[in-house]
Amino acid sequence: MNAVAGLWVYAVVIVLMMIGLYTVISRDNLVKKIMGLNIFQVSVIMFYVALGKVDGGTAPIFKATHGEHLDTEVVFSNPLPHVLMLTAIVVGIATTALGLALVVRIQEAYGTVEEDELVRIDQEGGA
Amino acid sequence: MNAHLPAIQVVLPLLAAPVCVLLQNRKVVGVWATLVAWASFAIAITMLVHTMEHGTISYALGGWESPLGIELRVDVANAFLATIVTGIASMVLPYGPGSATLAIPEDKQYLFYTAFLLCMTGLLGMSVTGDAFNVFVFVEITSLSSYTLIALGKGRRALTAAFSYLVMGTIGGTFILLAIGLCYQMTGTLNMADMALRLQPVMGTRTVLVAFGFFVVGASIKLAVFPLHQWMPNAYTHAPSVVSAFLSATATKVSYFVLVRVVFTIFGAAYVFGTVHFEWLLMPLSIAAMFVGSIAAMYQTHIKRLLAYSSMAQIGYMTLGLSMNSVEGLTGGLVHLFNHGLMKGGLFLVVANITFRLNSSKIEDMAGLARKMPWTSLAFAIGGLSLIGVPGTAGFISKWYLVQGALVKGQVWLALLILMSSLLAVGYVWKVIEVMLLKPPTDRVENTKPAPLSMIWPVWVMIGSTVVFGLWTTWTGTVAEVAAETLMGLR
Repeated sequence: MNAVAGLWVYAVVIVLMMIGLYTVISRDNLVKKIMGLNIFQVSVIMFYVALGKVDGGTAPIFKATHGEHLDTEVVFSNPLPHVLMLTAIVVGIATTALGLALVVRIQEAYGTVEEDELVRIDQEGGA
Repeated sequence: MNAHLPAIQVVLPLLAAPVCVLLQNRKVVGVWATLVAWASFAIAITMLVHTMEHGTISYALGGWESPLGIELRVDVANAFLATIVTGIASMVLPYGPGSATLAIPEDKQYLFYTAFLLCMTGLLGMSVTGDAFNVFVFVEITSLSSYTLIALGKGRRALTAAFSYLVMGTIGGTFILLAIGLCYQMTGTLNMADMALRLQPVMGTRTVLVAFGFFVVGASIKLAVFPLHQWMPNAYTHAPSVVSAFLSATATKVSYFVLVRVVFTIFGAAYVFGTVHFEWLLMPLSIAAMFVGSIAAMYQTHIKRLLAYSSMAQIGYMTLGLSMNSVEGLTGGLVHLFNHGLMKGGLFLVVANITFRLNSSKIEDMAGLARKMPWTSLAFAIGGLSLIGVPGTAGFISKWYLVQGALVKGQVWLALLILMSSLLAVGYVWKVIEVMLLKPPTDRVENTKPAPLSMIWPVWVMIGSTVVFGLWTTWTGTVAEVAAETLMGLR
């Protein structure tokens, strides 16, 4: 029971990841592809956040205790994976921004952002 | 001073990139970027000499010792790679009016140099870091800047090529991130050397196997290993020629190095080849890439697409070297990494010269070009011979090592396959040379004149060095062998 209860986070991650990947593969609209990519990246971010969680753990901040010893009994969550994800979030934003910028340029150049139409235009127009 | 070189190597181009934005003037920025590349090249050479003599340089960033802090770790293999990246950059950046192949107005071209330097930063970072998460960050810096660089190509198809590379590249990068997460879960460390030690007791678990799978697939997407190569032909065809030259010569090479690091440094040859039998997957795929790439190249009508498919075949040789799991094989892979960087970089610059004058990259438009642009055409011929692996060129040396690796293991059939696929290269190289040399010139060719000297000399430095390293093999051979032994943990 405990094993299942402890693993549901990973199930969520896998489901999210598959939703993201499926969207990227199946949708023709480039904006929807970018959204799928975003969901895909978020699933990995959730995975890292789940990694850092310790049962019963609290935020990793030492309480200032006046003159007393630090309370060593307190359980802290692991902050490192969370900090790593700050970087990953920034990377995700940069990718999304660049992707959407490309979509805008593609819309200007082709007049459409549907992949099947882009392929058709390229095949008809040669170079 | 030497102790700080690994950090300076990465920080120099990183800080130089925003300076480009401040300088703005196209010519000033061009000179500035070139100087930065040359300085980085000097640093890389110094590190290579230092590591050959004194062994590994370890640098604790911010004074935090590993495994807690981020460690930059430079051994012969890393320094070798940094030398290749900076060396190619120092030749591509001064390349004449390289910016003439860009689709952006002159007053915006400083941004090209900014993206170029950032791309170089990422590649150098991947080469020198000893920290797994750092690898991911630098992979993304490289990828984001290379999507931008590819989108600068002329014609709207550069945009769709960049977009599909962005989708593929992001999936690859995220796979690497997930793999690092799984490894961190099992070991609690991000330092590669420390991770390798702590993985040992838990090697049998499924988590480690899954992590290895994600690592390999992620790195293979970036490297364009055979079935995951879809993004590459389009990206190299529609990117500006200077960008194709730089990326084909460095980006895939650094990804190869990441894959090698994953295999030998993190998981170890005993696990990868002994337990998982990775060679059963990688060797057939490499052989398929060698043949499919070469055959596809023969049917191309655009010269850049031809070179892109040829790259796919050449990547096959490199991964084949890795899959042999021997010092000879890996040496062959690393020598080929260096040699292919030189010749493919040189060939793409040749193509840049041709398209600059002809305004076309169709092979049929190049009829009789040898008469009008003799030096450029000769450079193409020599580069092509090197792709085939004719003795006296660099390509011969790498294939020699690979064939040796196959023979040491008693796999004569493998040696024969390497030779057969080299013969296929004759097909696509001859196809271009025949048109250039034997066909009567078209009107388009009659009206061209030779490329300016500023575009000729970088081409000849690169193509010339394929001949130099084809005849004088002590240096590349020794360095690559030491690098291979270091990677396999034999030194």
